[in-house]
Amino acid sequence: MNKPIRTVSIFCLLLFLALMINATYLQYWKAGALNDNPLNRRVQVAAYSQERGAILVGRNPVAESVKSDDEYKFQRTYPKPFQYAPITGYFSYFGATGIERSRNSVLSGDDSRLFVNNFVDLISGNQPQGGNVALTINPAAQQAAYDGLQGLGSDVQGSVVAIEPSTGKILAMVSLPTYDPNKLASHDLASVTKKSAELNDDPTEPLLNRAIQTRLPPGSTFKVVTAAAAIEKGLYDADSNVPGGVTYQLPLTSGPTGEIDNEGRSCGANGSKIPFRQAMEQSCNTSFAQIAGEVGAEDMAKTADAFGFNQHYFDDLSPQALSVFPEEIDKAQLGQTGFGQFDVSATPLQMAMVSAGIANDGVVMKPYLVDEEQSADLNVLSKTDPEEFSQAVSATTAGEVKKLMVSTVEDGTASPAAIPGISVAGKTGTAQTGATDRSPYAWFISFAPADNPEVAVAVMIQNADIPRDEIAGGLLGGPIAKAVMEAVIR
Amino acid sequence: MAQQSTLMGFVHRRRRGAELFLLVLALAVGIGAYAAVGIGVQGEVPPDILGYGGWLAGLVIGAHVVIRLVAPYADPVLLPVVAALNGLGLAVIHRIDLAREAIDRPHGFAQQQLIWMTLGVGLFVVTLLAIRDHRVLQRFTYTSGLAAIVLLLLPILPGIGRTINGAQIWIRLGPFSFQPGEVAKVLLVIAFAGYLVLHRDALALAGRRVLFVDLPRGRDLGPILAMWLVSLGILVFQHDLGSSLLFFGLFLIMLYVATERPGWLIVGGLMFVGGATLAYFLFGHVRIRFDIWQHPFDFYTAEQGGKSFQPVEAKFGMGWGGLIGRGFGNGDPNRVPYAESDFIVSSIGEELGLTAVMAVLMMYGLIVERALRTSLICRDAFGKLVAVGLASVFAIQVFVVVGGVTGLIPLTGLTTPFLSYGGSSLVANWVIIALLLRISDQARRPLPTISDDTAAFSAEETQIVRAVSA
Repeated sequence: MNKPIRTVSIFCLLLFLALMINATYLQYWKAGALNDNPLNRRVQVAAYSQERGAILVGRNPVAESVKSDDEYKFQRTYPKPFQYAPITGYFSYFGATGIERSRNSVLSGDDSRLFVNNFVDLISGNQPQGGNVALTINPAAQQAAYDGLQGLGSDVQGSVVAIEPSTGKILAMVSLPTYDPNKLASHDLASVTKKSAELNDDPTEPLLNRAIQTRLPPGSTFKVVTAAAAIEKGLYDADSNVPGGVTYQLPLTSGPTGEIDNEGRSCGANGSKIPFRQAMEQSCNTSFAQIAGEVGAEDMAKTADAFGFNQHYFDDLSPQALSVFPEEIDKAQLGQTGFGQFDVSATPLQMAMVSAGIANDGVVMKPYLVDEEQSADLNVLSKTDPEEFSQAVSATTAGEVKKLMVSTVEDGTASPAAIPGISVAGKTGTAQTGATDRSPYAWFISFAPADNPEVAVAVMIQNADIPRDEIAGGLLGGPIAKAVMEAVIR
Repeated sequence: MAQQSTLMGFVHRRRRGAELFLLVLALAVGIGAYAAVGIGVQGEVPPDILGYGGWLAGLVIGAHVVIRLVAPYADPVLLPVVAALNGLGLAVIHRIDLAREAIDRPHGFAQQQLIWMTLGVGLFVVTLLAIRDHRVLQRFTYTSGLAAIVLLLLPILPGIGRTINGAQIWIRLGPFSFQPGEVAKVLLVIAFAGYLVLHRDALALAGRRVLFVDLPRGRDLGPILAMWLVSLGILVFQHDLGSSLLFFGLFLIMLYVATERPGWLIVGGLMFVGGATLAYFLFGHVRIRFDIWQHPFDFYTAEQGGKSFQPVEAKFGMGWGGLIGRGFGNGDPNRVPYAESDFIVSSIGEELGLTAVMAVLMMYGLIVERALRTSLICRDAFGKLVAVGLASVFAIQVFVVVGGVTGLIPLTGLTTPFLSYGGSSLVANWVIIALLLRISDQARRPLPTISDDTAAFSAEETQIVRAVSA
């Protein structure tokens, strides 16, 4: 009987070999795919139970993990929830947004650069710890922006973005309405589900980061781009005269629908020339419609694209909505783009970049929000180097546009942003919404000090509980921009 | 073979010292794992580690002492391997207990399992003491067979039978649940061995040759047909895919070994394929198992019926464990339903990694290898068949359950020997090891030294026999 016993032995050997090969296949070859399977809650629970690194502003965390006594071991908390929610996002059992999502690998400790630390932790039996993410945010500017926007009333929808022009560092990024990420990070999953549904169904879209995700017509603030394009083309400088007029009939049109005016501001008689400064100070739509026509669609688009329109440039939070300068437009539409109407639309971040580009001698820096990534013991893993996004216009052109913007603050519609003793450059904008029952959007962009810019700001107010005819970029946005600039400079 | 060895002067050594040394290693695994669970889950060495370790050590050292006394030549590897597996299983069950305690689910399985282990070791000792020669079991061929059939029928009797998770393989006596199939498999091995020893010639001889293979005669197909029907019956009436496969495979292997005729494997293989195909088309519960095996992710979510939740979670767990595992306390093995019994391998894979799964498979492989070796050197046909049968039970059971959990074959419900929580299985497996040790003791024991008088007599007798046969 020994021969069949030997055969049986070989058969058993094959059975065990098959088991071993299959186990290896499952736990080694297929492990990655299994871990990436969206159905795999285990990975999510583990991520949720991890001691994540902090998100730091200066030395203070705006998101941190504190020990908790339940099965998830750590509770994610947000010390200044409303102010920083659009930046930090939330880290809930069901998912993450904002920096919590975009820098998850460092925060969770999965990043390969944290391997040595994790390995040491593994050997010494400690739980691996996530690394920290330090933001570029200036806490005083953020506070000023938040308070300023909040001061417009409880129903305000809007956003403020401040950039350091020379580097592209984002110094403030506020979006209202906001929400409390602590509620979504709670371990009481039923309440999280409820809260999450509530926020998702809210018509005011509190989960939206308006700074990068809301795209609206920039109105007159876009005249800065039009002016830059005209000067760059050699048509004018700051001291030239440009076409003026009480009204202007757009090419290819007839009748009142194609006729634009300046809502009563002083822009010279039809057919006359007015100083460029006056056109900017008084935000003359008639002038800029004509200037845009002179520049031409191609060069308008070129300059707009160079400032970041139609471009993707921001990865620290996602998704970034692309700002739009329309392609293939006729002459009438071109005229409208000159003052930021028709299909032109921009995010607050985009308009801050326009302002910062002029401030930085025409060089637009790539905006960024994460300054450093650190290991849990505060060693720097990576520091973001400022990166040039584009040379939008020449330094000379930028200087001329700057003069126009300084005049606008000193003698024009942007005067609410004036700071005593400091030269400020700015531009207002009040964009038509297209709907008569809806208030216009108020915009404001500025930078200061004009001779050595430290901060460029864009303020966007989408909706506020304020009578319709009182909505004006300068009146509403100016003081907020001023407060933010002061917070940075002082 | 054995005789040749003795003729060449080869005598098996007792190797009890080696066994003791290996036992210390096995205890280090069991008690170490228990301590690691405490450190990993609760952050401290469990306060009852001395009592627990002492109890475990007492049990296996006691078993060792009994072997020294009544089976001194028994295989020295089996007990340590079994002790290591049982110790590891206890630690993992304890780990699951702690996870369940944290979320207020029923727990305390580890204590019960330790009681079952105590009972198992007790029966192990009783078996070794009571059965001094395995050949006496041959007398109980038909008794065992009958008892096995009765045991297999018990769960479908109304009143005491219980259906758990769709499988009707449990009986309930007072507070105890019991899986009679686990005991039946030992009895079946004995019954098959006894039957085949008597009838192997008839089953082996006649036949016709088709394509280099001797196929058995139609009239000899009776036993295998009966076994095939019994297996199908288990499948149909008890919904127990695993046991069905186990019993049929066991019978087939023993039939092949007894008759030395591969033709039986062909016949049996065809019957298996036929039965499986029939079952697939006739029974929904078989078909769904097969479909889940083919497309596990299509049945995962609650909307899809959640039928593959368990195997898919097990796969996620094992994938997550990776090469070296998460470590005790850092995984979430409790996500898998029945992580402490049928799916204990996935718990090990998750927290101790592929490394531990391989080690566990190696240990099972060692048990099978030692059993087959015992079978090879055993001097009597009955012993050979029992040993090869018990080895096959282990090999098939491990293949079916681990293969099912890891997705190699469709999932069937069987316990993982010595690891899974479950009294019937644990006790039955300890008895199996006792039987193997008894047979190996017989096989490795040197032939009695022959005293002068009888030597002359027997030599003479032998000569006579030779003369006659010549």
